[in-house]
Amino acid sequence: MTKVSSKNKQWLSGNEAIARAAWEAGVTVASGYPGTPSTEILENLCTYKDVYAEWAPNEKVALEVGLGASFAGARVLVTMKHVGLNVAADPLFTASYTGVRGGIVIITADDPEMHSSQNEQDNRHYAYAAKLPMLEPSDPAEAMEMLKQAFAISEEFDTPVLFRTTTRVAHVKGMVAIGKRKKGQVPVAIEKMPAKFVMLPGNARMRRRSIAERMGKLASFVETFAANRIDKGDKKLGFITGGVSYLYVKEAFPKAAVLKIATTWPLPFKLIRDFAAQVDEVVVVEELDPFLETHIKAAGIACTGKDKIPAMGELNPFIIKKALGQETGEIFAPVDIPPRPPNMCPGCPHRGLFYNLAKYDVFIAGDIGCYTLGFLPPLSAMDSCVCMGASIGVAHGMDKALGEAARGKTVAVIGDSTFIHSGITGLINMVYNKSMSTVIILDNRITAMTGHQANPASGSTIMGEPANAIDLTELCRAIGVRHVRTVNPHDIKECKKVLTEEIDRPEPSVIISLAPCVLLPEERKRPKMPLTTLVDNCTGCGTCVHLGCPAISWMPLTPAEAKKLGKKEKQKGYARISMEMCNGCGQCLAVCKFKAIGKAEEKK
Amino acid sequence: MKPSGNILFCGVGGQGILLASEITAFALLECGLDAKKSEVHGMAQRGGSVVAHLRYGKKVYSPLIDPGQADYLVAFETMEAVRYLPFLHQGSKVIVNTHQIPPPAVATGKMVYPADLLSRLTSLNISVYPLDGFSIAKQVGEIRTANLVLVGALSTFLPVEEELFLEVLKKRIPRKIEENIAAFREGRKITA
Repeated sequence: MTKVSSKNKQWLSGNEAIARAAWEAGVTVASGYPGTPSTEILENLCTYKDVYAEWAPNEKVALEVGLGASFAGARVLVTMKHVGLNVAADPLFTASYTGVRGGIVIITADDPEMHSSQNEQDNRHYAYAAKLPMLEPSDPAEAMEMLKQAFAISEEFDTPVLFRTTTRVAHVKGMVAIGKRKKGQVPVAIEKMPAKFVMLPGNARMRRRSIAERMGKLASFVETFAANRIDKGDKKLGFITGGVSYLYVKEAFPKAAVLKIATTWPLPFKLIRDFAAQVDEVVVVEELDPFLETHIKAAGIACTGKDKIPAMGELNPFIIKKALGQETGEIFAPVDIPPRPPNMCPGCPHRGLFYNLAKYDVFIAGDIGCYTLGFLPPLSAMDSCVCMGASIGVAHGMDKALGEAARGKTVAVIGDSTFIHSGITGLINMVYNKSMSTVIILDNRITAMTGHQANPASGSTIMGEPANAIDLTELCRAIGVRHVRTVNPHDIKECKKVLTEEIDRPEPSVIISLAPCVLLPEERKRPKMPLTTLVDNCTGCGTCVHLGCPAISWMPLTPAEAKKLGKKEKQKGYARISMEMCNGCGQCLAVCKFKAIGKAEEKK
Repeated sequence: MKPSGNILFCGVGGQGILLASEITAFALLECGLDAKKSEVHGMAQRGGSVVAHLRYGKKVYSPLIDPGQADYLVAFETMEAVRYLPFLHQGSKVIVNTHQIPPPAVATGKMVYPADLLSRLTSLNISVYPLDGFSIAKQVGEIRTANLVLVGALSTFLPVEEELFLEVLKKRIPRKIEENIAAFREGRKITA
């Protein structure tokens, strides 16, 4: 009994287990950029003693920081979501050449099904392309064990190690065996190793051979690596699988023979060949691309997979059973009910800005963050969203394509953290190449969507220590933007005035829409002055409803009900404000032309 | 043979679904069972439809409940209970908070919050236990205990003694423990 309170086991998410494992493995330096489903790793790791952890401005910087620390001999963890590895790809491919001193493990947290991402790219391809080993755990307990092994592999084979999780590993909780912290074996000191660290062509050509040698050694190593293992069973259908898909296979076909692959790259081809020879038919079960299947087939081993198993979205035991023709039973059909997409919070400052912006005849290039929700109705104030920082480049590109007709037609919206991540270079380009676009920085003082991580403009570190807060106005001026205006997005009228002036300007300008996220702890503590509808004055015009605030609901009226309320029979309804949800931001008060909204305590 | 089961928690982001599922998981683990729980963070938490899967038994592999396999559904909002119907089977038990939160299309007058939603479940011979979590929470003196009312109602179906559940509550809930226990007990009365 009392498993959960055992000293040797803890109930941990995949991300919590990875943080704990990094600490146990003797990691002393960690860097990353927040991104679902990776964020909680650093948030947990920074709470352990004797670990330096930081949020970097982007993933490329995080990996470069990690490399420097590794070159100094430290064990290092670098964390990011799948699309973050695209940003870090430049150092990644050459880190494969330099190798390491202290072990370095790079977490790529992939998001099949796109729960909180703009694409569902399969980052296993990076291991093949960059010639790096990649490990994949199936659950939190395995994540703990495998991450520690990843550090040993990194140092033994002189290579960065990619460690891939997916949403159903990162955000799954389970019981995890915990242990003690061990110190890294490499002495921490400056040791100049130019032939290894200075990747000029002459040195790089030498290192290219080292990579071939290393991958050869790894190819032998993975054949006997214990985490690549066979679960014996019925030999009619033999499964090859890895990551969370292994668990789905065990659930769907509990009696089948299964080869579980932990080293996604390089693959244990001898083990695979032996397994294939033992079973009648080999089926590869993997989420997203046919990565294992393609490489297994290329090695001349017969198997099937994506001809039946879907290559899009997450899998589960049901999908696998159905794909392979097993009985799944009748399933109740879904009921057609209104959808419930996510929404900006009551009192969100972004809403005031988007409410105004939606009224202009402009192309609104959007970006990645809470404010991407401005796309949804009723605001519908976003016309593109590609990747971190893309808004500014997209707006400028559209400006150049439209030529003279572009004046007053293109706007980019970008959050404070996203602007620092990869928007600054876009703005430099806009000034340098004479754009007419307007950039709106939605500065809510925090990286909000991922759950409030500090960034270089927030004024604090991951540890909550005070730090320099970038002055965004001065930064934009230094880049060469002559018109930088700051507005309070809750002030609807002022916001409109500034937008009109700056959007029309035939040169690049920046508007900083400045108000803190309402979910910040200091904002939550602020006394709330909820508003209410003065129903007698409400004409049912619907203006406040079109803010799309979750606290405001449209209450339909029948002619008889309208008459009973003393209204014209043709009034179709009125707006109701939920006092429990309202935080008194005042945006609805500002848009109401009929004095139908007031402070709740003034209501009689 | 150890008991096993699948519990789906659903509702609207910000309703305390993760805490309720966490407490239930702890109680099952204290009984010596294996358990796994799957959540979704990030964008989904911004007022959208939120779901957590909790599976328990002698040994749990998959962290996800398959369609048609949820034995219990704990719904923090009425419409959300109906949204997850494809996860249920005829023997499922559904504990549902009668609280209604209009989704954006309803709040802006584009769609109507459907009436008589729970009959969609009862007409399929699914047992439904509706309860007004907020009224009960108000009665016990702490509006934020509605999630414990739901956990209480669920608890009578689980292989966990009431005493053990109460121990878990005492250990895991930082504040207002008396009110939380009262809410939990009120919930138990509904399904006992």
